[in-house]
Amino acid sequence: MTIVSHAQERPARPAARRTAAAHLQDWLPRLVLAPSIAITLFFVYGFMLWTFVLSLTSSRMLPSYDFVGFAQYARLMANDRWWVASTNLVIFGGLFVAICLVIGVVLAILLDQRIRQEGALRTLYLYPMALSFIVTGVVWKWLLNPGLGIQAMVRSWGFESFTFNWIVDPDMAIYTLVLAAVWQASGFVMALFLAGLRGIDDSIIKAAQLDGASLPRVYLRVILPCLRPVVFSAVMILSHIAIKSFDLVVALTGGGPGYATDLPATFMYTHAFTRAQIGLGSASAMLMLGGVLAILIPYLYSELRSRKHG
Amino acid sequence: MDNVIRRRTPGARLGRAAVYAVLLLAALFYLLPLVVMLITSFKPLHEISPGTLLSLPQSPTVEPWIKAWGEACTGMRCEGVGGYFWNSIAIVVPAVLISTVVGALNGYALTKWRFRGSELLFALMLFGCFIPFQVVLLPMAQTLGWLGLSSSRAGLILVHVIFGIAFTTLFFRNFYVAVPTELVSAAKLDGAGFFRIFWRILLPVSAPIIVVSVIWQFTQIWNDFLFGVAFSAHDTQPVTVALNNLVNTSTGTREYNVDMAAAMIAALPTLIVYVLAGKYFVRGLTAGSVKG
Amino acid sequence: MAALEIHNVCKEFGGERVLKNVSLAIDSGEFLILVGPSGCGKSTLMNAIAGLEPVTSGEIRIADEDVTWQTPAERDIAMVFQSYALYPSMTVRGNISFGLEMRKVPKAEREAAVERVADLLQISHLLDRKPSQLSGGQRQRVAMGRALAREPKVYLFDEPLSNLDAKLRVDMRTEIKKLHQRLGTTIVYVTHDQIEAMTLADRIAVMRDGNILQLGTPDEVYNDPVDIFVAGFMGSPSMNFITASLEGGPGDYRLRIVTRGEEALLLPWPAVRETPAMAEQVGRPVILGLRPEHFSEEDARLGGMDEGTPVSARVSVVEPTGADILLRLPLGDSEVTARVGPKCTVVPGERLNLRVDMGRAVLFDSQTEQRLA
Repeated sequence: MTIVSHAQERPARPAARRTAAAHLQDWLPRLVLAPSIAITLFFVYGFMLWTFVLSLTSSRMLPSYDFVGFAQYARLMANDRWWVASTNLVIFGGLFVAICLVIGVVLAILLDQRIRQEGALRTLYLYPMALSFIVTGVVWKWLLNPGLGIQAMVRSWGFESFTFNWIVDPDMAIYTLVLAAVWQASGFVMALFLAGLRGIDDSIIKAAQLDGASLPRVYLRVILPCLRPVVFSAVMILSHIAIKSFDLVVALTGGGPGYATDLPATFMYTHAFTRAQIGLGSASAMLMLGGVLAILIPYLYSELRSRKHG
Repeated sequence: MDNVIRRRTPGARLGRAAVYAVLLLAALFYLLPLVVMLITSFKPLHEISPGTLLSLPQSPTVEPWIKAWGEACTGMRCEGVGGYFWNSIAIVVPAVLISTVVGALNGYALTKWRFRGSELLFALMLFGCFIPFQVVLLPMAQTLGWLGLSSSRAGLILVHVIFGIAFTTLFFRNFYVAVPTELVSAAKLDGAGFFRIFWRILLPVSAPIIVVSVIWQFTQIWNDFLFGVAFSAHDTQPVTVALNNLVNTSTGTREYNVDMAAAMIAALPTLIVYVLAGKYFVRGLTAGSVKG
Repeated sequence: MAALEIHNVCKEFGGERVLKNVSLAIDSGEFLILVGPSGCGKSTLMNAIAGLEPVTSGEIRIADEDVTWQTPAERDIAMVFQSYALYPSMTVRGNISFGLEMRKVPKAEREAAVERVADLLQISHLLDRKPSQLSGGQRQRVAMGRALAREPKVYLFDEPLSNLDAKLRVDMRTEIKKLHQRLGTTIVYVTHDQIEAMTLADRIAVMRDGNILQLGTPDEVYNDPVDIFVAGFMGSPSMNFITASLEGGPGDYRLRIVTRGEEALLLPWPAVRETPAMAEQVGRPVILGLRPEHFSEEDARLGGMDEGTPVSARVSVVEPTGADILLRLPLGDSEVTARVGPKCTVVPGERLNLRVDMGRAVLFDSQTEQRLA
């Protein structure tokens, strides 16, 4: 065997160091990871820093490095459209998350009752998640079109006064975003909860039943508390989707009527790319990042803590 | 809850019926847009009038599909979305392959060859899954310019790979964590090195997670709009951007049937993947989220 | 010739010392068992020998060659893992020949090796199956086959039987012993099962907190333990430890044992087993170690002429095991276990006259827990 003869050529030295091959084996994992780490450092962390720097400048059409301190943030705070976008995000995000959770839990519990054709139903509930938000936006725009969509259809059934014209009503248009986004994502929340329900130890449920608890009570008192981590991750993912929502707004309302359905994501894009306000756009991007961190950090904190204890 | 004894009273039966009713209503809610999209795409334009949302086409035609594919106007040009469909494919295929390979190697190195600080590096990369992409748009545009990749498909592939490896690394890392480390120890004692252990021992058991990663990356990149609209030009746009342009092009009469056909064209690849591999699709969605 | 030598090996994990200056040497063909409770460092030591974890300091030599800084592949060692670690994507044949393939052994030789090993372990009919299609016992055999095929200098077994059910474990234990006798291989075997250690080993190393407490033959470790820990760890049911006070002096040592509600008991210590260390302990509490089998039931036919020191106690629990009967009886400040023959008809609450074989008893310092005599 080659290894043996090789070893015999090298009589036992007091402290034989590692061979070159061993050294390479040691460094290979690091070498393999290095490009990804470098990319992450530059394209994620570097770019975040870069955007932050841009947000401190007076850049308009092109990035300039003429520093103006936090003036862009001050402009943002004074910008009515930014406040509309931020308020919209709170309304949209809050409703979107809450409704998705309710629908998700209810559907998951109902599906968990030994339903015939459960697989088919699950598939139907979840398929919208596979679609692009652009497709979702296009189809809901058509459904919500007062002249040709749902409103017209219900009226043609004889309910002449039926009105469902949210998409052209500046006060209601934001709720069309909620509707379309819930349609797209609630099936996914259902899948999360269903997986959680199936993961619960059967003997807990049996024990609760032997203790004399009725089925609804078993769900309320025993099963739902077990699903707390699922709720947590669902909230996390959904709020993440909400903050990033850009394509849906573009396709469904275009931010309109006027800028009634602007969200920070569209605000940033419009200002940075079409209105030549790079400084202001960067400032708004940084605030979006801040929003994500505000959700992410408590989540990661609790995850880490539970893992230490678990 | 499979093993529960249920009462067989009339009240319980009524409750059971109500459960089915709610589930079916929900199914209708999720199905409605797809049905409307499908039937509208097969209607001639004159059949589209108020109140006919749900009526089946009287004289079904594939004309809207042909128009959407090859003639409809997306902004200035009137060449349909067909070309952009191929653009999307040309972007998606390499981006998915590269990011999956890189993610697999990263996940392997992070779990089976741990070294001081490797957990920290993973956390560092994981953060890339969570940032709002708005925060990288402007520097990315400038960097692509420096690299001479502005408005090119190669540029978009690069962007999707960069922001995809955080997810693929997460998938493979979580999968390989569950593969017993003794396997790697045994292979080391048998004389295999880093790449050979990966190729001979880990990769043959990775089929499920490869499918998850490919499907996830495929849907993410195919459905992307933000990077597409920010970093592409007319001839390199992905199909989502073209679809949006087509729907918002305001010349002539609005051809809703063509819009719907174009939307179906943009939606079909991911829908087909979902129908064929729904199990893995769900796993990707949950793996990308639940456990870190 | 020493097949494996370990000199002053230390291993630290984040400031915690897992191995503290461990040294030992194993002769070629020797079967050494590392035994100890979980966390004692036995698995770490095994991984250090295999090269799977670098040591902090010290030296490891295999066949007189310093391998401390060699990769596992360079060391010519094979290991059988607790989880078997069979490559799930390969057939049994592939698993067994993988190590040879990596070492660029020609195909014909590899196939011959597979045949030889499969024959030896009676797994020829399984060669084309995947590990997932095998039972636990079959997997265990394949894992051993994988190690045997390479004919390495040293075999490492990391708790190889702990995932098998009780009956299979006994069968495989015998089989491993037979294999070792037949092939004369050098084996380092980690287990926490002291019966495995007693039955298989040529020598046993008892470990605790990163130290080797005692290294010796099974007989030495069992009958001549160095301290209370080793004495208590080996043997089941474990040794009884009775607090006593040492009285008398050289040539006439006695142990006074006070049991609540009983007259104090005086046990004379055999003069031939005296040690100089005992002199300092006179008048102090010491720990008397008696194994359950050091007790025996008084035989009425001998009319009180039995060997051993008479002891009488009230039996509190009777546990028949089939082959013999375990009795629990109060002695000193706690209860002790005595092993008597299966014919014993005592019932709980009855007094029983027993004999204690003081010729095999051991004595420990109550402070340092080290052996006195």
